[in-house]
Amino acid sequence: MSTKRSEVWVTGIGLVSSLGEGVDTHWAQLTSGNTPVPSVDNANQAPYSVHPIVDFDISAQIPKRSDQRQMGRWQHLGTYAAGLALDDAGIAHDPELLAATNMIVAAGGGERDIDVDTTIMEQISEADNPGVLLNAALNTELRPTLFLAQLSNLMAGNISIVHGVTDSSRTFMGEETAGVTAIETAVAQIQHGQGELFLVGGAYIAERADMIMLMEFGHTLWQGEHGPVWSREDQGGGMIMGSAGAFLILESREHAEARGAKPYARIKSIVSDRCNRQPGAARNVADRLLEEIADQIPAGPLPVLSGCPGVQPQLGEEHEFLDALSEKGIEPAIRAVSTIFGNTLEAQFPVSVVLASLAISRGAFYDPFDNSGVEQAFTGKPEQILISTWGHWRGECLALVDTPDVPLRGEA
Amino acid sequence: MSKSTKDHMGRPIVVVTGIGIVTSVGEGKEDNWRNLTSGVSGVRRISRFPTDELRTQIAGTISWEGGGRFCGPAHSLALAKKSASEAIEQSSIGSKSSFPGPMFVAVSPAETNWDQRMNIYGHNSDAKGRGYDRLIRNVASGDFAHYFSLYQFGSIAEHLADKFGTRGQPISLTTACASGATSVQLGVEAIRRGDTDAALCIGTDGEICEEMVVRFNLLSALSTHNEDPQGASKPFSKTRDGFVMAEGSATLVLESYDSANARGAKILGVVRGTGERADSFHRTRSKPDGSAIIETITRSMADAGMSPAEIDYINAHGTSTPENDKMEYLALSAALGSDLDGTPISSNKSMIGHTLSAAGTIEAAISLMTIHAGVIPPTINCHEQDPNILMDVVPNIKKEQTVNAVMSNSFGFGGQNVCLIFSSEPA
Repeated sequence: MSTKRSEVWVTGIGLVSSLGEGVDTHWAQLTSGNTPVPSVDNANQAPYSVHPIVDFDISAQIPKRSDQRQMGRWQHLGTYAAGLALDDAGIAHDPELLAATNMIVAAGGGERDIDVDTTIMEQISEADNPGVLLNAALNTELRPTLFLAQLSNLMAGNISIVHGVTDSSRTFMGEETAGVTAIETAVAQIQHGQGELFLVGGAYIAERADMIMLMEFGHTLWQGEHGPVWSREDQGGGMIMGSAGAFLILESREHAEARGAKPYARIKSIVSDRCNRQPGAARNVADRLLEEIADQIPAGPLPVLSGCPGVQPQLGEEHEFLDALSEKGIEPAIRAVSTIFGNTLEAQFPVSVVLASLAISRGAFYDPFDNSGVEQAFTGKPEQILISTWGHWRGECLALVDTPDVPLRGEA
Repeated sequence: MSKSTKDHMGRPIVVVTGIGIVTSVGEGKEDNWRNLTSGVSGVRRISRFPTDELRTQIAGTISWEGGGRFCGPAHSLALAKKSASEAIEQSSIGSKSSFPGPMFVAVSPAETNWDQRMNIYGHNSDAKGRGYDRLIRNVASGDFAHYFSLYQFGSIAEHLADKFGTRGQPISLTTACASGATSVQLGVEAIRRGDTDAALCIGTDGEICEEMVVRFNLLSALSTHNEDPQGASKPFSKTRDGFVMAEGSATLVLESYDSANARGAKILGVVRGTGERADSFHRTRSKPDGSAIIETITRSMADAGMSPAEIDYINAHGTSTPENDKMEYLALSAALGSDLDGTPISSNKSMIGHTLSAAGTIEAAISLMTIHAGVIPPTINCHEQDPNILMDVVPNIKKEQTVNAVMSNSFGFGGQNVCLIFSSEPA
């Protein structure tokens, strides 16, 4: 009854992170032969460490000053990274392709104006009639552009305006889960002919006091100096948030071949589910998800990109889950993405898919991200890469990125 | 094996087997329908917080039943639970805590309210530091741990997934004022792919607070007819001056036609088609030529395999802003041509107000109820219709008329445009 499913290729990548901009920069730093050095700011958000976004030249992707002024840093980053992906895929500035490009953005919200909030808090904290004073202060302090810069779906809106992406436009929310479901939905739509060309991804700015407060509601953040995520396992766990914008162009094989676009890699499978996170529940979900794709994974060495945010007890559960792959004859070479990038929240899964696709196209895998002993060397050419992305609060996902049977990007 | 039933494009037909709704005019289908067909407005003066100094002091709020200080996400969650419970009960699908399909929830982006912020700020009066340093220090005490699971962007959907036992990761989505329609679109797409036989599509929004009012005031988007709350939302009127914010939630249970038939479910209507086209013109305005909206509408008819002549009624986006109502008319004229003449169109927002993230789902629910009843709810407060809007806007009094097919429009900031078409029977 069901017709043949289209293959889903990654034909464009836009990546900006705390490490730098573009795939070459990332590849060089993560395959130098030495343990990569993360970029960490221990001071500005102390006692919390964050991985700050590198400087990027906004005007290279958002040329109009009038557009730049309508956004905050978060929307700048996403719009910028989306532009890189469109450029990379050969879609940018092609009105016909852009009008046929569907978009799913994984979004949180834009940054609050910390100075405005601080001013208002001080004004009204001692007041006899704080409600009335609050209204007056909001009237004076807020700006229309601030509201639009905070609106979650305005990252997609800005991508439409600045880059001209105008087929469907959806924005998914829900932290790491948003990144997973955005890509999972795009893949399903392509596989079933509900669209042939998608721009998918997300962005997160870690150096934001409003987001640190949100995460500290649950006391989920690591305090103190940066350390690899595995080193936090027996110290109670904790997240170090990271900044990144990661967008992908996903395309049906037929569509890509018709326009002569070469793939980095193919997205073979994505499976995901959720639970209430009672102890052991996430591990059970992951075990079940693994069963769904186990027949696609041959025994032997397997590169694995784990997004583990660092929160306990899930950090330990994910570690155990990955160790248990050996029971299936799989020898995982694990790389904890958050050790280098931090938890980039909505961008966490997109970053992993970018890294997996890049490694497939370059025919090699990354150096271990730390020297904890958890992460084993991987030599040779990866045929496929397993991604494990568990949210810091909800959501578990496994994905396989593999090698299409055609010349890849960078190959002759 | 029974023969599978497909639409004109060979896809599974998607039907609705459960509807739930809560708005400023009532709780549940019966209440809402009675009030909507009687022309009752749910708009009132805001009493949740002081409105001194605010240009707009009215809204279609729904009473907070949570006790203690108002909490936006908790209110949205409570409203969604009500509408989803009603819809699931009507469809009698699955069991009370096990819905056999995925969930798509249109929600307002999570934000900490000022009340919460000031509560945290003042939590420890000895706290050192200013602004967010002080907030973070007080939060790190662990005394606000209960906020954690409410203010994540995925919070509402995750709590709903816990309650209703939907399958897989729930999807929280926002396309601004088109969000509710997007939730229906995503459900339709999942069923058409054959990923599932059923989907739970929810829109919910219960987050009216000071800052929201001020923000929309800054964009000059809200009516300031504070002296006459019930008359303030006047879509298509000459004197319309902005929309009225409101709260509410609606839920649709979508199923494949075959699956609904197989279990003997009562079919409440068919989702015939969906259309979408993003606008790239401006953050808060449509392309002056209306091309993105026009294409959204024509795409929905192509997807439904229907011609303009087959549309019996249009459930308008009809926000009551000068810009929207003008552009909606322009786009409908272009997309439907002479078939727009004599086709009734009305705006539920004239009575309910604009429920933002929930509006598309609420209006989908009312569209289906309109088909069922053969009664078209009026556009109230239409005493002097805009002379440049030449449509039958069903002014003030309901209209009895057989309705087999309804078009429902939703347009949002950020160039978001979605159009849904519902009908009584599969083609």
